[in-house]
Amino acid sequence: MVTLLVAICFISFLLVKNSPIDPIQAYIGADMLKVSPEQRAKITEYWGLDQPVMMQFYHWGSAVLSGDMGTSMIYRRPVMEVIGERFTNSLALMLSAWVLSGVIGFVMGIIAAMKKGSWIDRLIKWYCFTLASTPTFWMGLLVLIVFAVWLGWFPVGMGVPAGVLAEDVTLLDRIQHLILPALTLSIVGIANVALHTREKLIDVLASDYVLFARARGKQGMVLFWRHGLRNVALPAITLQFAGFSELFGGAVLAEQVFSYPGLGQATVEAGLRGDVPLLLGIVIFTTIFVFVGNLLADISYRVLDPRTREGRKV
Amino acid sequence: MSILEVNHLSVSFKQYTAGLKQSHHKVISDLNVNLEAGEILAVVGASGSGKSLLAHAILGILPANASVSGVMTYEGEELTPARQKALRGKEIALVPQSVNYLDPLMKVGKQVRTSVQTGDAVQAQRRVFERFRLGREVERMYPFQLSGGMARRTLLSTAMVSGAKVIIADEPTPGLDPVVIKEALSHFREFANQGCAVMLITHDIESALQIADKIAVFYAGTTVEIAKAEDFAGQGEAIRHPYSKALWRALPQNDFVPITGSQPHPSALPPGCLFAPRCAMATPECLQAQPEMRPLRDGMVRCIHAT
Repeated sequence: MVTLLVAICFISFLLVKNSPIDPIQAYIGADMLKVSPEQRAKITEYWGLDQPVMMQFYHWGSAVLSGDMGTSMIYRRPVMEVIGERFTNSLALMLSAWVLSGVIGFVMGIIAAMKKGSWIDRLIKWYCFTLASTPTFWMGLLVLIVFAVWLGWFPVGMGVPAGVLAEDVTLLDRIQHLILPALTLSIVGIANVALHTREKLIDVLASDYVLFARARGKQGMVLFWRHGLRNVALPAITLQFAGFSELFGGAVLAEQVFSYPGLGQATVEAGLRGDVPLLLGIVIFTTIFVFVGNLLADISYRVLDPRTREGRKV
Repeated sequence: MSILEVNHLSVSFKQYTAGLKQSHHKVISDLNVNLEAGEILAVVGASGSGKSLLAHAILGILPANASVSGVMTYEGEELTPARQKALRGKEIALVPQSVNYLDPLMKVGKQVRTSVQTGDAVQAQRRVFERFRLGREVERMYPFQLSGGMARRTLLSTAMVSGAKVIIADEPTPGLDPVVIKEALSHFREFANQGCAVMLITHDIESALQIADKIAVFYAGTTVEIAKAEDFAGQGEAIRHPYSKALWRALPQNDFVPITGSQPHPSALPPGCLFAPRCAMATPECLQAQPEMRPLRDGMVRCIHAT
């Protein structure tokens, strides 16, 4: 984990360093014309930009280790604070999408497998294949057109209503703004889980132990409940946790389309406007986020699968 | 009266070969078997002769692409798919081949309990485990933690607790040491002595002979002979069919002579007697049509030359 973090930090640091972003220009913005070359050199010296790359990395790295990730240039606030606030917004979005896509996808996969070969199975498969090849941003636009523009059920974008004081924003407002981006994210996320669950359940239903269960007179729901569900749920849960990275990638696009003030949008902003500290902060943060997802997937296996749980004791 | 009767059973599988071309593989053809109460019938034959499929056909758990013809009766009444569904697990129980037939994510004690039809499931499961010398801790184990012998005894337990009148045991002995085999087989004997019927599917003639009353010899998906266990003795003079004779003589303690050739594949069955291509007694007549089962010396045989 530590090695991974250091490596990621170093690589992204180098990437940003070698990108055409000029931190001074990004910081000063349009006033650049008013800054004389002497002043510019002073800032360079003050920020230590004239030192070797390794030294700069060392300075930044030791600051991060002591808990200081620097100040965001576009928000003029500490990076930690920006990430914290943005992440809370994103978390609501990602969590609801994560749960929704997991549950709906799982149920759809089960229905498809139980009715394998029927019209409903074909419908679900067709739906999943279409979705699996649909880009998130396009789906977002489509959802926006249908629900926000044509039907007018939900607001077009943003995290809270425009022109309302922060104190007056209700939870209901927030939820209303959350629904469309969450819907977009989960619609796209469903396909993966559904197809995977379907395949797995078909395997399970063709397995020897289901055959034996049938030989013992078990059938229908009892059979599924006793022998199908657990055997299918395990891989589905793992898949869902391991999908954290995709979820984050999807969130970046969905938030952009819906101008939702989450971490994804902040990433795009930071990148476009050359906010190096924020960008690097987000990189570290997402690395941890995805790592935790994968870790949870591993742990869930340990906890839920007796073969790995009891196997360690033996 | 027979408790279970199988007459002219045929099972074939539909398969798609090139593109949409369908082909039917006849894996069991014109098979006859009778099972009497209080009796152990050993069904012996080489692997691939359709033994396991017979078990699955009786229980009605063949895959969807299988088609079945022929008549099966249970206690004198026809065994329809609906009746199979109602009876399996209750009146007819299966002892499957391997530990793979247990749910990998369920404790074995619980799996045995789900087979119990009446009464206290936990009590029944503990009693049967005690009888099979499976400790208390075994009921909390998962299938992957069982040794081969424990797994067999667990599978056997599922059938024992069900209170079924007919037990179909599919290869219950391979991989066990002689002592455990003897023990497992004695459980079947005990079970039969209680007035139930056991169909023991195996390729191990030797162990089968130790406890079986009757032997049904399988070849390429059909029975070639049904004989009393006593007939398998000495040089095999009392054995009727040339294949059974050859099988007997192939045993190490007898002549240890292998049979030349191999069993035909279901997709390429010979037109006449299925054993004719490998039979030393074959005459042109044998190649004409598949001989019918006929009674001979208190047994049944499917051979026109048998005496």
